[in-house]
Amino acid sequence: MILQSFRMAFASIAANKMRSFLTMLGIIIGIMAVVVLVSIVSSATNSVQGELESLGAETLSVTVTSSRYQPLSVGDITGLPDEYESIGYAAPTATQNATLKAGDTSTTAAVVGTTSAYADINDLSLQSGRFIKSPDVSNNSAVAVVGSDVAEDLFGRTDVTGETISVDGRSFLVVGVLADAGESLMGSENSNIIIPYTTAQRMFYISGVTSFTAAAQSSELVNTAEADLTKELMSRFKDEDAFSVMNQSTILESMDSITNTMAMMFGGIAGISLLVGGIGIMNIMLVSVAERTREIGIRKAIGAGRKRILLQFLIEALVVSTLGGLVGLGLSWLLLSILSAAMDTAYTMSAGVALLAVFFSMAIGVIFGINPANKAAKMPPIEALRTE
Amino acid sequence: MIQMKNVSKIYTIGNEELYALNHATLTIRDGEFVAIIGPSGSGKSTLMNIIGCLDTADGGEYLLDGQAIEDYTEDELTRVRNFKIGFVFQNFNLLPKNTALENVELPLVYQGVPRKECRERAEKALIRMGLAERMDHRPSELSGGQQQRVAIARAIVTAPSLILADEPTGNLDHKTGAEILDLFHELHANGNTIVLITHDDGIARKAGRRLRILDGQVMEDTAS
Repeated sequence: MILQSFRMAFASIAANKMRSFLTMLGIIIGIMAVVVLVSIVSSATNSVQGELESLGAETLSVTVTSSRYQPLSVGDITGLPDEYESIGYAAPTATQNATLKAGDTSTTAAVVGTTSAYADINDLSLQSGRFIKSPDVSNNSAVAVVGSDVAEDLFGRTDVTGETISVDGRSFLVVGVLADAGESLMGSENSNIIIPYTTAQRMFYISGVTSFTAAAQSSELVNTAEADLTKELMSRFKDEDAFSVMNQSTILESMDSITNTMAMMFGGIAGISLLVGGIGIMNIMLVSVAERTREIGIRKAIGAGRKRILLQFLIEALVVSTLGGLVGLGLSWLLLSILSAAMDTAYTMSAGVALLAVFFSMAIGVIFGINPANKAAKMPPIEALRTE
Repeated sequence: MIQMKNVSKIYTIGNEELYALNHATLTIRDGEFVAIIGPSGSGKSTLMNIIGCLDTADGGEYLLDGQAIEDYTEDELTRVRNFKIGFVFQNFNLLPKNTALENVELPLVYQGVPRKECRERAEKALIRMGLAERMDHRPSELSGGQQQRVAIARAIVTAPSLILADEPTGNLDHKTGAEILDLFHELHANGNTIVLITHDDGIARKAGRRLRILDGQVMEDTAS
């Protein structure tokens, strides 16, 4: 009986191709809007979450904002991990832009002065050579570790360990090249060069340490580490406005919540268009029932019971909406592929979203189809037959 | 076998009760060819609706094959129509978007007959009506006479106990009408019970038996 009803529904849809297509259009557009928008936003959310994980939630960055106090020394910073159990690594940082030269080629890059712990905090790995070591820091050595983009810009290749470059006129020996870390929301080390902190102090006339990064022993200890750092700095400066301790993950978490809100908002807007599509189905089905009063009368006269008629119209609505949902899903996939290619980003459609979309369109078919189907089923055969 | 005893159907218009059928009594035996004649407004349509189980009576007793048709729900009436009655209407009442074959199959589909058997039986009925070449045509591609033949094929495909024809020649020209009537006589000769409703005395005269309905009452018509 169900199979027969499906066959009749398909026959009826095929017989009214234009009308069926127009009915489906609402659902097609609704499903497309939902799936495409949700996929784009959730792809963005995923990339933020990826950042969050790759960056390590245990990183803290500290800036001393006031110059009224005796600055911190390099020794203060490198001593932090020994002093507090919660802190795994700490490295001072001094960042300045500088002009780099190698032969005739020159480029501008951010120069980061720091110590060996910087590599551990930021999870840096090298594709060749070595990182800055403590003797480099104590000897103010003129050595540099360059990011892969910098190496590429200056030499056109990345195996540049042993080469000499000039940074604002001073010669540096390249002792290592960083591995390509990829692009990231928080900037990338690819276009930085890293030199010993003491060397940077001399070059850029920096006394003491005004900013440093630290990593908690583990991600569970990040709050303890933050508290310990704040306590340490408070005891030194006795002024909570003199410094700021920033937990990296909080920044990303707030970005994450922004993208989540966006996902909900877009999903909501798209959901409204789906609702409109559903109302369209109901509208057309009601018109269709009125238009087919005579057909219903004939079917009832020759032996179709209420259930049959109900099922026929309900399945028709279900088939229209499900087909619309599937077509919408196919078009969404196509659109996302085109967008991915055009924008050079991977927008993926999750199986969950796809499944939900199909399920939702089916639900719309049933919800908005039940009223017209019921109306058809209840029609008395004599009156239906009398209608011209 | 149709037995009606004092069947009444009352319509209330305002405060006035209008008897569409006023204690109508009639018996039609198996294998009879009965014409029911009456002018419009005589209760003809109401009688046909009740005989055809499209409607139930307000009073009296109606037995179809010994089965009392009263207080039936709509779905029970539907089953009775499906299995026991074959309808032939004045305006054919075929589904316009379906082919002749699909139209004829439909009552069998509703009976739950397997698909293959539906097809075979529908084809046989259409061949019997001389439409072997027209099975895949839609009603709009058929002449009036051919459409009525499809409708008759649909009526006989379930082998019903009663074929109920309501002015079956009303929309046809004289020659085609005569051909359709011949078909009914042929069906009658093969043992089918036929009730033909008409206002045309000429057509009624050819039936084996005539019943006249006037003001909701049924009487035997003996004049010839």
